[in-house]
This record gives sequence, C-alpha cells and structure tokens, in this order.
Amino acid sequence: MPTMNMLQAINNALDIAMAEDDKVLCFGEDVGGFGGVFRATSHLQEKYGRSRCFNTPLVEQGIIGFANGLAAQGSVPVAEIQFADYIYPAFDQIVNETAKFRYRSGDLFNVGGLTIRAPYGGGIAGGHYHSQSPEAYFAHTPGLKVVVPRDPYQAKGLLLASIRDADPVIFFEPKRLYRASTGEVPEEDYQLPIGEAEVTREGADVTLVGWGAQMEVIERAVELAEKEGISCEVIDLRTILPWDEDSVVESVLKTGRLLITHEAPLTGGFAAEIAATVQERCFLYLESPIARVTGLDTPFPLTLEKEYLPDHLKIFEAIKASLAF
Amino acid sequence: MTTTTDIHSPDFLAGDEFSIPTFRLLQQDGTLFDGAVAPELSREEARHIYHAMVATRVLDERMMAAQRQGRLSFYMQCTGEEAAVVGATAALDDADMIMAQYREQGALMYRGFSFDEFMNQLFGNELDYGKGRQMPIHYGSRKLHYMTISSPLATQIPQATGFAYGQKLAGEGQCTIVFFGEGAASEGDFHAALNMAAVHQVPVIFFCRNNGYAISTPSIEQFAADGVAPRAFGYRMHVIRVDGNDILAVYDATRAARRLAAEHNQPVLIEAMTYRLAAHSSSDDPSGYRSKKEEEAWREKDPLLRMRRWLNDKGWWSDEEETECQERLRREVLETMKRAQKRPPPPLDSLVTDVYADVTPALQRQLDTLKTHIRRYPDAYPKGAMSLDPDVSPRDDADDKGGA
Repeated sequence: MPTMNMLQAINNALDIAMAEDDKVLCFGEDVGGFGGVFRATSHLQEKYGRSRCFNTPLVEQGIIGFANGLAAQGSVPVAEIQFADYIYPAFDQIVNETAKFRYRSGDLFNVGGLTIRAPYGGGIAGGHYHSQSPEAYFAHTPGLKVVVPRDPYQAKGLLLASIRDADPVIFFEPKRLYRASTGEVPEEDYQLPIGEAEVTREGADVTLVGWGAQMEVIERAVELAEKEGISCEVIDLRTILPWDEDSVVESVLKTGRLLITHEAPLTGGFAAEIAATVQERCFLYLESPIARVTGLDTPFPLTLEKEYLPDHLKIFEAIKASLAF
Repeated sequence: MTTTTDIHSPDFLAGDEFSIPTFRLLQQDGTLFDGAVAPELSREEARHIYHAMVATRVLDERMMAAQRQGRLSFYMQCTGEEAAVVGATAALDDADMIMAQYREQGALMYRGFSFDEFMNQLFGNELDYGKGRQMPIHYGSRKLHYMTISSPLATQIPQATGFAYGQKLAGEGQCTIVFFGEGAASEGDFHAALNMAAVHQVPVIFFCRNNGYAISTPSIEQFAADGVAPRAFGYRMHVIRVDGNDILAVYDATRAARRLAAEHNQPVLIEAMTYRLAAHSSSDDPSGYRSKKEEEAWREKDPLLRMRRWLNDKGWWSDEEETECQERLRREVLETMKRAQKRPPPPLDSLVTDVYADVTPALQRQLDTLKTHIRRYPDAYPKGAMSLDPDVSPRDDADDKGGA
C-alpha cells in the first residue's frame, strides 16, 4: 500500500471522483493550472480539461453561488475556498441557500452534489486570517454536513463519501497536517461513513473527543496520561454535523468522564453542544464535570500561537483534573 | 486581459462617454414607432402572451384583495411589470431555466402553472410543492423549469451563472434566465455572477427589472450611474436596455439575447425600464414615498393596455373577448382559492423531512418529543394535531400573519 501525505490523499480522491463521473468539477481560486495554493488539485486540469478543473475570479460568494447553481442543475461541484478564514463572504450562499435548498423547495430541487473544501486551523504561524476553525458557525445550520478528517487515510475515504453524499458537505481540511501527516492509503476507491464517529483507542477512565488536527494532539496527551496509569478512550468525531451522539454517549456511560477539545474559541464552540447533549443523556453517570480544552476567546494570535492552542500539556492537565475531581 | 494605449497627461474618464439607448417598438397607442419592425409572432403566440399577462394581473388583484380580507398572510404583485416578465419568458425555449427573484409569477403563468398550483403555494396546504415551508409567492416548479424562489436578494444571480455553466457542459443547447431588480443589483452577488459569466462564457441572460424602487428607495439613491446597464462594459458583456412595458421590444430583445447565450455562450445583460405600479408587498404603503401623480403617469403606460391595443389593431383580440376573459379568470381565481383554502396543512412529519435526504436520528428524536408535547396540548397546535389525529377539526388560521 502506498504512503501518501494528506494533500496527496485528497488529490487522489478528487482524481478518482473526476475519473468516475464527468459531472464532477473542481474549481476555486488558483485551483486550475497551478493546482491550488496547497497543490490539492495538482494535475487535475491536465487530466480532465479546463472545463472541469478551473480557476475562478477571486470572489468567494460567487464561487459558492456558482456551485449552488451547478449542483441544482445536476453537476457535482467540488468548490475550494482557499482558506476557511475567507469563507465568510460566502456565508449567505452557504447558510441561506445551500443549507435550505432541498427543504424550501419541498425536494423539487437540491444541491446535494455540492462539496465545499476549505483548509482550516492553526499551528502554521498564520495569524488571524490563516488559522481559524469556523466549524461551529456551520454546525448551527440544519441542512449542512460538516466533515473533518484527521489523517490521509481518513481524508481520502471521507472526501469520496462527501462528494457522493446526497447532501451538501463542508469538508474542512487540517492544513497543518497537509504535509506533516503521512500514512498508508489504498490506491483504490473506498469510502468512510459520514455521520459516524470512530473510537480510535479504547480505555476505561476518561473519554477524549476531538476532530481533525486535534486528534494528533490528543494522542500525545494520552501517552502522558497512560504513563500515569490513566486509561483513555479516544473518539474522533469525524463529522461535526450531524454528529454521532450515540458513540460519544456510549463511551461516557462507560468511562463517566468526558473531555472535548478544539482549536476554536471556547464560547459557542462545538464542545459546548457535545457537553450539553452528554449531560442530558449521561447525567447520573458523570464522575466529574465535562472538560473543554479549547482556544481562548480571542482572535487567533500570531506570536503567542503556542500559548493560545489547546496543546497536549493542557489536555494532559485537564485529564488529571477530571480524574482528581 | 487589459489592452491600453499610453497618454501623457492625467485625463480621467467618468463613464459619460457611454450613452445607452432604450430599445422600443410599440407606442402606447398600440402602433409601432416609425421604422420599427415587430418581431415574428403568430396570432396564437401573441394571444398566449397576452393571456398570461391578463391572468397575472387578475391573480394579483384578487389575491391582494384576499390578503386585505385576512385570508392570506402576505402577497406581492407583478403589476406594471407583466410585459417584462412574460415577454422575456415567451422569448425562451420552454426548457430553459428560469431563476426568478419573487415578482415574476407571470413567467410561471406563461408556462402553464395552474391557478390550483398557485393557490396551493399561497395557502401552504398539503398540495403545495414547497410543503408549506415558505411564505406566499415563493413558487417553484421542476416540470416548468422554474427554480423555487428564495427570499434573500441576488443569491439567485450567481446560481444562474453556475446552472448555465452546467447547461453548457451538458451541451443540450439550453440557457438560463435570471430575474432581479435594480436594487438587488447592488448586492455583491450580482457583480460576482456577471463577472464569472463573462470570464467563463456562460449561456445566461441577466434580466434586470428596473422598476424604479427597492421597497421605498428610489433608483436615484441606489446608483449614481445611468442605470444598471453600463456595468456590463466593466465585465465585457453584451447589454441592451429595453422599454420594459413594451411587449414586442422585450420579446425581440430577449430572443436575440437567447441566441447570443444559447448558441454562442455569450452572457447578456438586459435592463428593462419599467415601474412597480403596486406596493412592494402587502406590508408596504407607497404613499409614504412617492406621489399619486407619478403613479398615474405610469398607469398610462400600462403594458397590458399597450399590448391589447396592438392586438385589437391586428384583429387578434376584441373588447368582448377581453370582458369574457377577465370574468372567466376572476371566477377561476375565486374557485381555486376556495378549494386551496379548504385543504389541510402539510403533515407534521414534513417539519423534519428534506432537511437532509434522510431524516437524521437526532431530528427524529426531536420530532418524537414534539409529537408527545402536541398530544398533550392539541388545541394549542391545531395544524400539527390534525395530522396526528385526523378527527381534530382545523381551526381558522387567519391570525397567522407575517411579512416583509
């Protein structure tokens, strides 16, 4: 099985999807001949032509508006927003249009073919505008699916599933891992399920929930915890919306403790939603308060990025505090 | 691409170099302008167009009255703009896509949307294609290639560019027309859409209904330029300004635009100069921002009257037919309205379907909780209770109002 980094896995997934179905189109800023600023769409224009893989003008609301129309027409657009930080001009098209297309028309029309790819997250010295994790904004919008992969294998399988899913998907790619994360990825076509979390490590004392780049950070914290004799269960949520409540609840019923971590700010972050649901469904089983290890309630900083980020040490301390409660 | 020559003094251009004329064929008395040539239009097609315009006018008048009587929560009229909307639609292939803003019911009328279909949407009953989820006038029809209306302004414009790009790749010779007002043309989506269409050579017709007002804001406070049309130069796009109350000019211009779009992948901007004779919506009162005198002046330019005179002159229509037609349409509107009003609302389960292709487990749990609650207080939720227990009789829901 070949080894790929996450960009290669994403490129490979797009290649498979475009080869299989003429209706699949990839576009966005610098996506065409250049292959994207991160090179996720490398060589796709050469292989599939300028009409199926192309640059757009620099206008995010236009990219998603255009993509909505294409999807309604029956095409399968994979639109790239160059950085998740720049998705906001398209917020209206995504929240008012993409998300409501099927519902408002009584299923006469839908944009289920649409996938929006956007690199997200910090740790690359990107400051305010190349570091944000906006998943919680979109998690508040019924009609969207929000998917975040943690490694190359997951990225390929989840992206192929997103492209073929009957509903529109926002696919947030952890750009810090684009080249840093490598692993074995099958050459052939495969899909991983949307809406299902994955238990990546079984344990007894505490449940740790995260997604995307944070999964690697959790693993480092777990190594420290296990050395102190704490048994951790780790869950990669993978899909933020609609999220897999049952898997998380089942785990917390077993461990009695829950820690959720994300890079985005604390207030209104998706951890809050998970915490609210888990306390409803596991109230009498909880041994300690549900812990949230997240970014601070500030814009994403630059020089003090390391201090801001919810790293393995902060998670390790929160694990110990949960056990000692 | 930029092509330019050098100058050696700072000479600014202000755009006044461009002057955009208005294409007109038909005078208000129903005769052609000197030198004007009417487009080829059969008697049958001309009557079809006129009938759609009259039916739209009748529907609008009756439904606004129904709204005033409290039968309907909200309404919007096409009044004064029927020639622009119906004329443009008639110039298309019936399989071309229409993406409308919200005031284009004339397009649906032309394509054969029945009064029953209009009414079912207006009353949000169990037969509404939109399943009672959107305010009145948010029609949609897959079979008539009419995209379901969405309230946010201008969002449909870049969607039209995308839809038409898909049509171009499909290679079946279809195009998309997108309607919007001169106010919506101030939204960023407008600029995004026209630029992308020009860059990617997309078969789309951008049809601006410049009706003078965005709710209360006159166009003079909407833009400093000579209307919307000059913007096409900035995108290097074909553009024509047309008298929007002149059915022949609208039809002719749109037919030519369709050839450019569908046959040559050249997007086109059409600016139709017209006037919103009615209020913005049932929630608006124009007396607060414009004069009766101004309205009267435009009433004399009524597009229906102009077309009717032309048809009469050709011997294709008579006053007797007009009377008979109006009476018949009014009767049909009343009958279908009564029918639609009596129909039950959509079932409670439709609250959670179509959010996703399949109802998610979490949403199913929310619905189950809601059902338990409604069974406890059925009188407080008569519509929902009806579908849980069909024996519960529907209550008068005239208090169900709202609007923008």
